[in-house]
Amino acid sequence: MAAIETFYDVIRRQGVTRRSFTKFCSLTAASLGMGPIGAAKIANALETKERTPVIWMHGLECTCCSESFIRSAHPLVKDVVLSMISLDYDDTIMAAAGHQAEAILQETKEKYKGKYILAVEGNPPLNEGGMFCIDGGKPFVEKLKWMADDAMAIIAWGACASWGCVQAAKPNPTQATPIDKVIHDKPIIKVPGCPPIAEVMTGVVTYITTFGRLPELDRQGRPNMFYSQRIHDKCYRRPHFDAGQFVEQWDDESARKGHCLYKMGCKGPTTYNACSTVRWNGGVSFPIQSGHGCIGCSEEGFWDKGPFYERLTNIHQFGVEKNADEIGLAAAGVVGAAVATHAAATAVKRIVSKNNDHSA
Amino acid sequence: MTDISRIDVADSHGEKVVAQPTVYVYEAPVRLWHWVNALAILVLIITGYLIGSPLPTVAGEASQHFVMGYIRFAHFAAGQIMAVGFLLRGYWAFMGNEHSRQIYYVPVWRASFWKELAHEIRWYAFLEKAPMKYVGHNPLAQTAMFVMYTLMSAFMIITGFALYSEGEGADSWEAKLFGWVFYIWPNSQEVHTWHHLGMYVIVTFILIHIYAAVREDIMSRQSIISSMISGERHFKDGA
Repeated sequence: MAAIETFYDVIRRQGVTRRSFTKFCSLTAASLGMGPIGAAKIANALETKERTPVIWMHGLECTCCSESFIRSAHPLVKDVVLSMISLDYDDTIMAAAGHQAEAILQETKEKYKGKYILAVEGNPPLNEGGMFCIDGGKPFVEKLKWMADDAMAIIAWGACASWGCVQAAKPNPTQATPIDKVIHDKPIIKVPGCPPIAEVMTGVVTYITTFGRLPELDRQGRPNMFYSQRIHDKCYRRPHFDAGQFVEQWDDESARKGHCLYKMGCKGPTTYNACSTVRWNGGVSFPIQSGHGCIGCSEEGFWDKGPFYERLTNIHQFGVEKNADEIGLAAAGVVGAAVATHAAATAVKRIVSKNNDHSA
Repeated sequence: MTDISRIDVADSHGEKVVAQPTVYVYEAPVRLWHWVNALAILVLIITGYLIGSPLPTVAGEASQHFVMGYIRFAHFAAGQIMAVGFLLRGYWAFMGNEHSRQIYYVPVWRASFWKELAHEIRWYAFLEKAPMKYVGHNPLAQTAMFVMYTLMSAFMIITGFALYSEGEGADSWEAKLFGWVFYIWPNSQEVHTWHHLGMYVIVTFILIHIYAAVREDIMSRQSIISSMISGERHFKDGA
């Protein structure tokens, strides 16, 4: 039997230099917040441990996760991680197609039983027996369960796989269902966002493939290193929030001065993600920095927590779109009117009964 | 819930006693808690509304102002006072007199409760000539207290601390104790919405609470409002 194949072997074969490799290790260690010896640990692991194959599958989705991933800020990160992954299976970007491609799945299942990572972009629609998403001639949900059976762990990429996203927005006609509601017997890591930040994705993949285990997860199954704080907690406009300086309209003085977008419906205060620290497109900017509020794309059911441009969420249960203030004030108003009417009726009754007492 | 209208207050000579019956109902801790709590809730409602719909933008440098910061501080401080009060009040339910326990349960298992509840509803619907007299809360009041005050307060305290834990961080004791709320509503925007709606339930409760207290004070010839200051309930008709 041939010697075990390590990540390092694969990376070098792909034409990545030793220098680029060590750069990648230190960069990744820094982004994972690992401390001074982190880079050496990653390098050592990649050089000595058997390569962990990654199978990347696509369900009901828009491929924005892949688009984000291949635009990772540092080209060498992209090259390195992508060579790790595309080697095995990613039906969107792999060279193989058709039966040849599908054969890889069977082979990985057998050869790396219980050792490979299953990265899922998108989610399976369960309605009509899963017929709304056919992949390789059968419903995606079947393919997902089949590959999940022998996987070590599952990465749920993006809002689709983590929460359901737009295809699961009310009334969810295809019954699009997040991964953790379909697969129950495997460790699942959620990397939500629409799409997730490229550096967050490469960081998570590197951590798992390097150390062979999932990073520390929060209550919702998201990696703590990127999702433990809200956009609001690290937002550079936070001082304006605390001061009480808000953009009231898109073209007002406050908008020009870069005040807080809270009143414009910014969902930063309820959104867990790393946008305000890692930022996007190589750390160039993020929505709030560009003057637009956060829409909360990494949160559960964010499509149904609108409007995107108002602070208070609409509540649909009442038939018409009303927010908590409108419903609450209406309820309090009705009760207030009832109280007033009751008081008036009490007064009338009292006068009438007194008159009756006198006449009796 | 003693029906005091049947208490015989005639003396040995068969003459009616002139003094009106007075019963000590609300002990000092209950009264103190009531007013501290009322003040805390008032602050919570005002600041809570302003957190959802902030005041107009202030001019000048951000470093010169802390408007939203003070509003949020007042909200959190009042919320913690309310929470501590809620706990101490719960403790007093065990230590105090029988009336101190009334707002913590609805005696649905008692047939007399349903009968008297129906009577009380008829009284409010102007179908009864006179209300029954109670030393503590009447059955309708007890039900309203339990559902709209006790349960709602618990709901507001739990969701409030859950939301507060988001700023305190995942390793805070608030997150450890109340973070489970996000299992029910993974998106905290939804918790905000429920917390906001809860505020209006309490506003509605206050409307009814104050109206009923004033009305009963006048109509049922027993002290209600002053009882929460003195602790004593006077029955103005005598017997």
